[in-house]
Amino acid sequence: MTVAVVPSQDSEPIFHVIDEHAHPEGASTMLGFWVYLMSDCLIFAILFATFGVLSGNYAAGPAPRDLFDLPLVALNTSMLLLSSITYGFAMLTMERSRIGATQAWLAITGLFGLAFIGIELSEFAHMIHEGATPQRSAFLSSFFTLVGTHGLHVTFGLVWLVTLMVQVWRYGLIEANRRRLMCLSMFWHFLDVVWIGVFTFVYLLGMLR
Amino acid sequence: MFDNPALIKAIFGRLTIESLPLHEPIVVGTFAVVALGGVALLGAVTYFRLWSYLWREWFTTVDHKRIGIMYMILGIVMLLRGFADAVMMRLQQAIAFNGSEGYLNAHHYDQIFTAHGVIMIFFVAMPLVTGLMNYVVPLQIGARDVSFPFLNNFSFWMTVGGAVLVMMSLFIGEFARTGWLAYPPLSNLGYSPDVGVDYYIWALQVAGVGTTLSGINLICTIVKLRAPGMTMMKMPVFTWTSLCTNILIVASFPVLTVVLALLALDRYVGTNFFTNDFGGNPMMYVNLIWIWGHPEVYILVLPAFGIFSEVTSTFSGKRLFGYTSMVYATVVITILSYLVWLHHFFTMGSGASVNSFFGITTMIISIPTGAKMFNWLFTMYRGRIRYELPMMWTIAFMLTFVIGGMTGVLLAVPPADFVLHNSLFLVAHFHNVIIGGVLFGLFAGIGYWFPKAFGFRLDPFWGKLSFWFWVSGFYLAFMPLYVLGLMGVTRRLRVFDDPSLQIWFVIAGIGAFLILLGIMSMLVQFAVSILRREELRDVTGDPWNARTLEWATSSPPPDYNFAFTPVVYDNDAWWDMKRRGYSRPLTGFKPIHMPSNTGTGVILAGLSTAMAFGLIWYIWWLAALSFVALLAVAIGHTFNYHRDYDIPADDVVRVEDARTRLLAAGARS
Repeated sequence: MTVAVVPSQDSEPIFHVIDEHAHPEGASTMLGFWVYLMSDCLIFAILFATFGVLSGNYAAGPAPRDLFDLPLVALNTSMLLLSSITYGFAMLTMERSRIGATQAWLAITGLFGLAFIGIELSEFAHMIHEGATPQRSAFLSSFFTLVGTHGLHVTFGLVWLVTLMVQVWRYGLIEANRRRLMCLSMFWHFLDVVWIGVFTFVYLLGMLR
Repeated sequence: MFDNPALIKAIFGRLTIESLPLHEPIVVGTFAVVALGGVALLGAVTYFRLWSYLWREWFTTVDHKRIGIMYMILGIVMLLRGFADAVMMRLQQAIAFNGSEGYLNAHHYDQIFTAHGVIMIFFVAMPLVTGLMNYVVPLQIGARDVSFPFLNNFSFWMTVGGAVLVMMSLFIGEFARTGWLAYPPLSNLGYSPDVGVDYYIWALQVAGVGTTLSGINLICTIVKLRAPGMTMMKMPVFTWTSLCTNILIVASFPVLTVVLALLALDRYVGTNFFTNDFGGNPMMYVNLIWIWGHPEVYILVLPAFGIFSEVTSTFSGKRLFGYTSMVYATVVITILSYLVWLHHFFTMGSGASVNSFFGITTMIISIPTGAKMFNWLFTMYRGRIRYELPMMWTIAFMLTFVIGGMTGVLLAVPPADFVLHNSLFLVAHFHNVIIGGVLFGLFAGIGYWFPKAFGFRLDPFWGKLSFWFWVSGFYLAFMPLYVLGLMGVTRRLRVFDDPSLQIWFVIAGIGAFLILLGIMSMLVQFAVSILRREELRDVTGDPWNARTLEWATSSPPPDYNFAFTPVVYDNDAWWDMKRRGYSRPLTGFKPIHMPSNTGTGVILAGLSTAMAFGLIWYIWWLAALSFVALLAVAIGHTFNYHRDYDIPADDVVRVEDARTRLLAAGARS
């Protein structure tokens, strides 16, 4: 190796960290999860765009006015919004390291989520019973796919919630579990935001068409 | 019990003995060769008792360097498959004249051109690019690993899972006959009722999960784990292009995921997204898939641009000319790559205004690209250029890529595109930029970083042979296609009526043969280099007198990359260290915190592949079972809270002392 050693004018620089500490575990997790959420957001963006293109293609089949039951959707929306609030309470109690209260709020959140999924499934069942199946028209294909993808996300959120409750119960509110609860919190609120979009663009605008 | 067709259908789905392509002698022959080779390989691994070594040290590794090397091996193996498809097509087109049907029937030929495109993009170019980024980026930024080492291992095995599915389709069932983007309505169930398109969908979905996750991983790594002092504008250009590429991955692969999921719904559930009736819209598929597809082009080429930047400045012995403009050009290309997708289908009929918009944005991309070209030229200007192999690939790239860029701008003119659309001119153009840009860049990168990864250089004689075969073969293979395209020959044809065209296809076939020699020379180069490794040995860790941080550590680097995290003061951090008389610290080593290996990634990817297989063949119990197992293993993995360990200070001392002795021995000899 031929290295030309030029005496430096400035004082001897230090080329390595002397007093080194390992990166705290999970230092990149929040950023990573945030980037993941944005990629998920893109999935919903494409589904919204698809719905936007196809939402008028009824193929002589039923239209939103024939299908949507706004009071029921309003009830459903309130379930999800309430679950976001209760998740917020869970995070607040977690900050104060109150395990029992955290678990209770998480359980309530899960129940609201379950109610949301239940109402959505009954709505789907009703529509399919009326002949408004995903195969009936491009409008219904895109409707079921967009709303169903959101519902699938909530379902996975519920599985995750139960897993985390078990982990908190077994290992307590240790650093790793706090981080995981934080990630699920971001996921849960993200799904709430997506639902606002669904409620507005699919249901409300659908009734106006 | 085997008399009951319903039971057999429940167990095997639509998989029957007839699914095996026993009537295709070419496929049977290939299968025999692959099976013999596979048995020989597995036998050798068993005979030399390598299974436990491979499992412990490689398959379950979370070390970004080993994962990077595995990505490269995957890419090179798949290159052989993809290239075999190319040679078959060239041969068919060279002989199918004057009433001859050639030697491939339409059913087989259509699978070959589809598989060729899919494999070359998803399972050659992507693994090679991802592999280089994985290997080099953490070293260049002075990190010990990526942000999420387990995720890295999982991503790799998902990519392997996709590749396995594509390879499986050769022998069990068939691959898609739709062209590499599987446009509906041809890819709908009505026109492609067999398993080909399903193989296509699920192979890409499985691999796509891996690609997206590795994108997230590398973004976090670059944003969070840079060495102290390395601000964004002090990052090496390869790291910059990797950052932009991974942003493109995260911002475009979800689109592919959705569009393939919608196609799958059309095929499996009977929805009407891309059908011709019930309000479906096939052109929406074309739009959506190109919203992924055009950024994908830049996902591949940006890292190549980064490699050329590193190589040019190292082998010219100069700081890169116009670093800032290089960074801005990269970012501008990143953004513009989302504003051009419609130029892939000007003939859709979206009207003059829309076509003009996309034509102009396409042409604008040539401005930042041109700026890069001039930056490389000015870096070489008055430099002390060493014509080592990576530099030769770079020069070949500069000459070749400019031609491809110019034909690209030509195609960006909508009226010209109306004539050249779907012709061999287009085929020549994109091979010109992908081979001349991406592949030459990857070869430059492999030659450049090989000594870092293995501690010895590649043999230059066989490398130069490979270089000349590749470059001359490329021109011979693709320039005739430009001519044919201008004469109006469309792509994907199997037989020809006009005998005057044959000579051009024969020339292209000779070119493909030369490329074959190039690939073989490259394989010989690897073998010869391994045999002659003691002569080619480099103990300094810096064989090229290079400029960036990866050359500051030993070759191959220790598990922990850097005993002490480096501190950066300059763009060319290692050059700066050498210039200012840096001396390696010899004492004061501390234990180093590292992630532990895990087999979960292999298991999860294996289950995903099994699930995909079940979905492809309608074997519902297999799909359901794999899905449940997938969920269980993933949840089980989260109950493991102890995923790292400390390398004891004594071990670090031992490794670093060995390096000190080697350096001293190298300095004496």
